Amino acid sequence: MTAATGRLRPTDARADDATDLDRGTSRAVRRRSLHLLGQLLRPRAGALAGAGALVVISTLAQVSGPLLVQAAIDTALPALREGDPTRLVVVGGIYVLAAVLGGLCAGAYVRAAARVAQSVLLELRRRVFRHTQRLSLEFHESYTSGRVISRQTSDLEALRELFDGGLTGVVSSLMLMVFTAGALFYVDWRSGLVLLVALVPAWLLTRWFQRRSQQSYREQRTASARLIVKFVETMTGMRAVQAFRREATDDAEYGRLGEQYRDANLRIFGVNGRYQPGLVLIGNLTVAAALAYGGWRVVEGTLDVGALVAVLLYVKRFFQPIQQLGMFYNALQSAVAALEKVSGLLAEEPTVVEPSDPTPLPSPRGEIRLQDVTFGYGDGPVVLPRLDLTIPAGQTVALVGSTGAGKSTLAKLVTRFYDASAGRVLLDGVDVRDVSGTDLRRAVVMVTQEAYLFSGSVRENIALGRPDATDAEVEAAARAVGVHEFVTSLPEGYDTDVNKRGGRVSSGQRQLLSFARAFLADPAVLVLDEATSSLDIPGERLVQRGLQTLLADRTAIIIAHRLSTVDIADRVLVLEHGRVLEDGAPADLVAAGGRYAAMQAAWRDSVA
Amino acid sequence: MPPTARADRPDSPSVPAGSDLSTLASLRRLLPTVRPALPRLVAGLVAALGASLAALAIPRVLQVLVEGPLAAGAAAGDPAALLWPTLAVLALGLLEAGLILLRRTLVMYPGTRVEAALRTTLFRHLLQLPASFHDRWAGGQLLSRSMTDLGLLRRWLVFGLLQLVVSTITVVVGIAVLVATAGWLGLVYLVGAVPVVVIAYRFSRRYRVIARTSQDQSGDLANTVEESVHGIRVLKAFGRGGDALESFTGQAEQLRRTEIRKAGNQATVTTALHLIPEATLAVCLVLGVWSAAEGQLTVGALAAFFLTAAVINGPVVDLGMTLSMTLNARTAVDRFFEVVETANPLTDPAEPRELGTVRGEVTLRDVTFRHEADEPPVLDGVDLDLPAGTTTALVGLTGSGKSTLAMLLPRLHDVTTGSVRLDGVDVRDLRRHDLRRAVAVAFEEPTLFSTTVRENVLLGVDDSLPAPERERLLHSSLDVARAGFVHDLPQGVDTRIGEEGLSLSGGQRQRLALARAIAARPRVLVLDDPLSALDVTTEEAVTRGLREVLAGTTSLVIAHRPSTVALADRVAVLSDGRISAVGTHRELLARDPHYRYVVASLEEDWVAHEHETDLTQEAR
Ligand SMILES: Nc1ncnc2c1ncn2[C@@H]1O[C@H](COP(=O)(O)OP(=O)(O)OP(=O)(O)O)[C@@H](O)[C@H]1O
Ligand SMILES: Nc1ncnc2c1ncn2[C@@H]1O[C@H](COP(=O)(O)OP(=O)(O)OP(=O)(O)O)[C@@H](O)[C@H]1O
Ligand SMILES: [Mg+2]
Ligand SMILES: [Mg+2]
Repeated sequence: MTAATGRLRPTDARADDATDLDRGTSRAVRRRSLHLLGQLLRPRAGALAGAGALVVISTLAQVSGPLLVQAAIDTALPALREGDPTRLVVVGGIYVLAAVLGGLCAGAYVRAAARVAQSVLLELRRRVFRHTQRLSLEFHESYTSGRVISRQTSDLEALRELFDGGLTGVVSSLMLMVFTAGALFYVDWRSGLVLLVALVPAWLLTRWFQRRSQQSYREQRTASARLIVKFVETMTGMRAVQAFRREATDDAEYGRLGEQYRDANLRIFGVNGRYQPGLVLIGNLTVAAALAYGGWRVVEGTLDVGALVAVLLYVKRFFQPIQQLGMFYNALQSAVAALEKVSGLLAEEPTVVEPSDPTPLPSPRGEIRLQDVTFGYGDGPVVLPRLDLTIPAGQTVALVGSTGAGKSTLAKLVTRFYDASAGRVLLDGVDVRDVSGTDLRRAVVMVTQEAYLFSGSVRENIALGRPDATDAEVEAAARAVGVHEFVTSLPEGYDTDVNKRGGRVSSGQRQLLSFARAFLADPAVLVLDEATSSLDIPGERLVQRGLQTLLADRTAIIIAHRLSTVDIADRVLVLEHGRVLEDGAPADLVAAGGRYAAMQAAWRDSVA
Repeated sequence: MPPTARADRPDSPSVPAGSDLSTLASLRRLLPTVRPALPRLVAGLVAALGASLAALAIPRVLQVLVEGPLAAGAAAGDPAALLWPTLAVLALGLLEAGLILLRRTLVMYPGTRVEAALRTTLFRHLLQLPASFHDRWAGGQLLSRSMTDLGLLRRWLVFGLLQLVVSTITVVVGIAVLVATAGWLGLVYLVGAVPVVVIAYRFSRRYRVIARTSQDQSGDLANTVEESVHGIRVLKAFGRGGDALESFTGQAEQLRRTEIRKAGNQATVTTALHLIPEATLAVCLVLGVWSAAEGQLTVGALAAFFLTAAVINGPVVDLGMTLSMTLNARTAVDRFFEVVETANPLTDPAEPRELGTVRGEVTLRDVTFRHEADEPPVLDGVDLDLPAGTTTALVGLTGSGKSTLAMLLPRLHDVTTGSVRLDGVDVRDLRRHDLRRAVAVAFEEPTLFSTTVRENVLLGVDDSLPAPERERLLHSSLDVARAGFVHDLPQGVDTRIGEEGLSLSGGQRQRLALARAIAARPRVLVLDDPLSALDVTTEEAVTRGLREVLAGTTSLVIAHRPSTVALADRVAVLSDGRISAVGTHRELLARDPHYRYVVASLEEDWVAHEHETDLTQEAR
């Protein structure tokens, strides 16, 4: 039996890494990316236009320099010789003004462009972050953190370069080209036609560049993501890498990925390194063509030599900014390829969807009901087949069973880490799919089997349970799980940094700190998944005592292999292969002499 | 609010490494890596200069050709006069494009090669640095060095460096030409260069600091992203995605402000680089026209002066961009060397001793261990013998230092004082590779990788082993760890198990980690609380299997519970940083109150020793 098909499946890494896209996909991906770019730029159109205006002004000021020199020599000099210095003073004054204006506008442009770029980046960062937080675990399991990081770092870097490098040039370049072309047509429209003809190979070259660089940039993005994934994973598992002597192998593997990245970069340089001189070549050929054609007409006598000089200089000048345009186009290609990846991540749908019209849950009682629940991870085998279960509000239920039986899975359905493939999970009679995330998290909190601490202080880590908690409340929670003494023994007490992943504290201490979070969160339903497995026995007992008071008036699901933990439960569920084998008060089950009784006996033996 | 990464890195002194060096000195550290690429870089530079010259020459040549030979030929009605000028322009045009092509081709290899080489160097160094380094350095900071910083460096090598040199040469030559041809007018222009240099220098100093801040902050940001994904289960379980976003936004906002500040500096220098040369030219214009009127200067010379000045002003403006690019690269180099120059305190000895066949006798003599020099020791005078082929359980309270002690055996940490010996040889006198081949660990947290079950289990098995042998090891170790569940996975042992193995259940992960340690067939096996995630039945089964494997292998088994202790021949009790008692489980139960307190589950024992809780906790 397999899980219900037709469910939304997250994209896995392999699909994300694909660079050989068929035409349709390639178009769609590109459109998605450009759409995102448009979305980001549209609200900033005003600011962009302002920045553009600044560039135009500073370019005009720069261009006016030679004209002013011309004016000074042509008119101010003769006037001065006549004894009239006013013209010189005026021209000089205008030149100074132009210098000041040009300089100020150029500087202002840098500021304005940075403001736009940074606000786009901030928004995109936030969007990606929020979206990755919303995405379901199913997605994260295959996408891996390295990929998310690469979306947030190196992909955004490409976008930033677009703003940094290309955008400045494009406005002034285009402007210069249009002006020059206009002047050329004015001087001699026939030569202007030569220019138009030259645009054909330029366009063809650009098409070629677009196709080739699009592919190469995609490869570059993929290669960079792979490199990051490998890096992150190796750093995370460094202890195992060293202990099992994988340094050489990992080094080789990383070197291989590094080569792939280098190859991708080389290909890009290669394509770009032909595109740019190609553009220059077309420009220079056009100048030669214009020379031949114009020269011919000079010989024929239909064009005079002075006009030919002007024509040639204009043609040459027309192509001067084309390298800048090429660079902009290159940066754009890079950014679009990066945004393809980012937009791909943003287009990913969470498989656990927030309700559009949530049922409010103002004061949850904590009654849990599973109706006919079937669940399997992805397309994998069914883990929980048709489960029916009711946990009345306030009850403490212990979930026991062999490893891999589906205990954590059941807990993850109740906390809605995943949605049931079939059937419903109800909290106070409301389908959890109809409860808003905020309400659900306020009502149901889980201490996961993996005790994860964030780098940061002990206090911050505990306060994750309830960010608005006072220091006294944080301390009270720490006391309740018996970790307060340990924390105060740390060099900076509650402000001590626990280091990456809580590496500063022992694994038992890590569990206690995670536990303290849950104490602080104070939810209606508390799910504890193997929350004390790494504790010493005295510590476990202390926690047990704390729990007894904590759980008095709330629903709790306690998953534990250590049956000592189960003592405080009102009810025990024995889960095997996703089915409830036994269900009853601990004492009754022991008396009945079934599975639980056997487990209990084995446990007694093992601790003696 | 979820805690965020720290901006300060404990390993780095308050002044970041290399920041006291001049930019040149800092970049010079790259020389050994760049040297092989140097000829190409220089050739690329020459090509770049050639291309700029060609670009400058073309308009001039056009003008001269058209007004000279072509006009003369046309006057004579001779179409053949067209040929030579056209061909000359064509040749120059081809030359310019060719030189650009050449430059790009020449520099792309060095640029990317240096980047790749540095990246590998960094990674290789990180692979060598011990756990104590990795514990403290945020992953994002390392990652941003490896990707963002080295990317910056590549771009600088490929574009910035050449542009810097070409611009500088153009400016210097241009000014020299001005001074040589226009005399004092050239000197006036030169005077204008003085404030530019001063401003550029002051800008460099300020910009460097901001660039450093910005690169550090983006490293922190990467770190927050990493933690937000690794810790996503916790964030989801507590519904703290919103808070995480908020604190991430705070950090990103900080970075944004830094970037804006950076741009502000850049803007100032851009303004100055535009304004000052142009304003100087305005002054020159007035002075020049005046002196031309006085007859001291010809009109032609005046025009030539401004043509040359126009050529210089472009590169001056570019200098602003290239300068900041250079400073960014410099910061990147600093950050890179900060890690690469971190000495590895845990290295192979200069003259390693050979192990030969390992008997597997481990002795710890008077071992003390501190994580930080200014903190009380975690281990303080540990003496412990693990006779060859025996199994010893290590028992102690949470945080007593069991895992720390265990990490000393494969030398993932080094003792602060005292010694750990394998077969009588100090582990520091052995190659780490040899030592770790003899000693395998199952960590308390499984630490799996997102590859197949097979690769995870065979992690410590030599790749050179024949395939059937590897296969046998795989299956036998999976068997011992009772990890038969892998055969029910969609692709059996070839199923990928998700990042950190998180698509498996807790007990399944632990058994894979156990199988991995066993598959390495070590002489010394360290098992850190290996059964904590197993149910009683599975635990029994694994224990049975393990007993067979452990027979003949020296093992240290860290245990919290009697069931795990049962694996061992004898038990060592760790308390207050030393081994307080050694004996069999029964013996210790009978005579050691602390041991009873630590492992006894029965309520009576606990009550009897409750007063000890207070004592121990005070001691802790
Ligand atoms: N994210 C996942 N993706 C795919 N399969 C999974 C995932 N998580 C768990 N499984 C599989 O589902 C089954 C039940 O796992 P679950 O984590 O619920 O077990 P458990 O009862 O909590 O076991 P343990 O006591 O070892 O923690 C296991 O076979 C496991 O391999
Ligand atoms: N990197 C570190 N820097 C400073 N102190 C540390 C560091 N790592 C661990 N410690 C401290 O050293 C002590 C011993 O830790 P260790 O992990 O060895 O304990 P343990 O006996 O294995 O505990 P558990 O049973 O919980 O696993 C703890 O108090 C811990 O806080
Ligand atoms: Mg579980
Ligand atoms: Mg430990």
